[in-house]
Amino acid sequence: MSAENSKIRVLIAKPGLDGHDRGAKVIARALRDAGFEVVYTGLHQTPEMVIHAAIEEDVHVVGLSILSGAHNALVPEIVEGIKKAGMDDVLFLVGGIIPDEDFDLLKKAGVQCVFTPGTSLTEVVDYVRQNAPRR
Amino acid sequence: MMEEVKKARRDWEKRLEETKKKFPERNARFTTWSDLDVPLLCTPDDLEKEGFDYLRDLGLPGEYPYTRGVQRNLYRGKLWTMRQFAGFSSASETNKRFKLLLANGQTGLSTAFDMPTLMGYDADSPRGKGEVGKCGVSVSSLEDMEDLFAGIPLGEVTTSMTINGPAIVVLAMYLAVAEKQGVPKHQVKGTLQNDILKEYIAQKEWLFPIPAAVKLVTDTIEYGTKNYPNWNTVSISGYHIREAGATAVQELAFTLADGLAYVDDCLKRGMKIDDFAPRLSFFFDVHNDFFEEIAKFRAARRIWARLMRERYQAKDPKSWMLRTHAQTAGVSLTAQQPYNNIVRVAVQALAGILGGTNSLHTNSMDETLALPTDESVMIALRTQQIIAEESGVANVVDPLGGSYFVEHLTNRVEREALDYIRKIDEMGGMVKAIENGFPQAEIANSAYHFQRLLETKDKVMVGVNRYQAEEKKRAIDTLYIDRSVEKRQVEKLIALRKKRNDAEFQASIRRVKEAAQAGQNLCEPIIGAVKSYATLQEVCDTLRGVYGIYTESGSF
Repeated sequence: MSAENSKIRVLIAKPGLDGHDRGAKVIARALRDAGFEVVYTGLHQTPEMVIHAAIEEDVHVVGLSILSGAHNALVPEIVEGIKKAGMDDVLFLVGGIIPDEDFDLLKKAGVQCVFTPGTSLTEVVDYVRQNAPRR
Repeated sequence: MMEEVKKARRDWEKRLEETKKKFPERNARFTTWSDLDVPLLCTPDDLEKEGFDYLRDLGLPGEYPYTRGVQRNLYRGKLWTMRQFAGFSSASETNKRFKLLLANGQTGLSTAFDMPTLMGYDADSPRGKGEVGKCGVSVSSLEDMEDLFAGIPLGEVTTSMTINGPAIVVLAMYLAVAEKQGVPKHQVKGTLQNDILKEYIAQKEWLFPIPAAVKLVTDTIEYGTKNYPNWNTVSISGYHIREAGATAVQELAFTLADGLAYVDDCLKRGMKIDDFAPRLSFFFDVHNDFFEEIAKFRAARRIWARLMRERYQAKDPKSWMLRTHAQTAGVSLTAQQPYNNIVRVAVQALAGILGGTNSLHTNSMDETLALPTDESVMIALRTQQIIAEESGVANVVDPLGGSYFVEHLTNRVEREALDYIRKIDEMGGMVKAIENGFPQAEIANSAYHFQRLLETKDKVMVGVNRYQAEEKKRAIDTLYIDRSVEKRQVEKLIALRKKRNDAEFQASIRRVKEAAQAGQNLCEPIIGAVKSYATLQEVCDTLRGVYGIYTESGSF
């Protein structure tokens, strides 16, 4: 199982100015411990920086962590940019403080799943394992 | 007498084994929220073993080493300051919230700024896209600051401002507004958070490389000490360290070590300890574990008093006193069954008060979903008022002092925090420790460890990993900030740049740059710049040009 996970590359990114990186780091570690190959962008990334990192690392999964309320402005731009680069099978996930009424907008933009506070690590790991594209 | 106690306890422990056979314990370990082992019982001989000495370790309230509090009659003289953190949308919207809180018995203001402001960007910067007015109020210029405090007499309220990276600029704006209102300098009262070290450790809203950032903090301490004798120049903060995942001990140790770094930098500049130490203030989290939190506040006062007196030879008792603000733990709130948060906040608030905090913010039940609504903020404020007026706890100083368990836990938290402080001293102080990534890694490890405890249900959060319930899509109404705020702020800023005196603005920015290059104290030049309506980002970009910027590697 781990060997299979290791072929899956995950980018965990912190777009925007928000410095709350506790969740992003905990998720990054949990995915790494589950055997995935994980890249973490660090803080304060512009959409261009995240798009560039996703292409550069040729990732299967992009997890965006946003707790500042800027998700509607940032997420669609990032998803679109990555798809435009020809990576059309990437699994997009969002984690953070996301009001229910924004779920639809994010899903329309191409995000497959939104994880809000209280989600267990197992849930995230299982979701990635089951839904990451196999190339 | 002690021999009798020991014997009685030994006999009791035998009987306890019998009881345990009948009622096996629920868990293999009983621990605090920070995972310290908790004894079932403490008796006087436990304290004897720890070398506890009443007069030396506790003393009397309002007296060295202040374990029992910094005021002799604590809340009988003056209740703690009820200070609800507020800020969202535009300056005029936040001004309305401020007035609502003051009209309902709040006694101090506390300002939350939005992300672009915290990072030294104006509302029209592309870096702040989607973030204007979201997590706090957007303040790009003196004009916004004037709107924020319009109709609020700054000589009569105390104001706290949660800002760090660009704190010196925002302080300059506040002082300029106070001056315009005609408030004498000694009547300007409040607190600037201005604690940049914990940004590199935990909250991560930074602008400049660490040495330049510490220099700016020392500039404000120096300027405030000389000119604004009742202004708290820095609020050394454990709150964000804790929220990022630190244990209670780590929160305490890293915060005090940050404080020591500022003290060292001020002394290096030739300031005298008793001139500035009395205006240093602190800010701690109040988390879930009732006694652990109380122990933390008591240990904090004792450690700081001893460090100030013994290490720095401070003579003024005011230099020894650790005065602190506290906030209930945001991270303990749950999106699930949000009404439960009201109860969590009440328990945490009670711990803060029994710990002797001087000021308190109680979180609103909806803060894990969004910024709080007027109604939920009011419940949070009323929680403090109920504790103050109805529970009776404000009648007595340190009622838990002398509890065998509380004193034992205070000793333990103190001992472990001192171990960390010693380790950081050995690394060459907190600036070096941060450059080595030490506190950051310790916190990341604790955060991960705690998440694992939740996964295994060794720690329980009600409604999250036990007692879950099917819920309607959204249980409560929340405040929604739309993007029209951003548009209005941008328009206001464009108009400001057109109407200000360009020559004055240019000259004032030049003075800031020259003073920064010459290594001078920047408070006066920056006050000059904001008065000529230089924007926050214009000043910060000038400083970025001189000092450069800070970046962190993406390790996890």
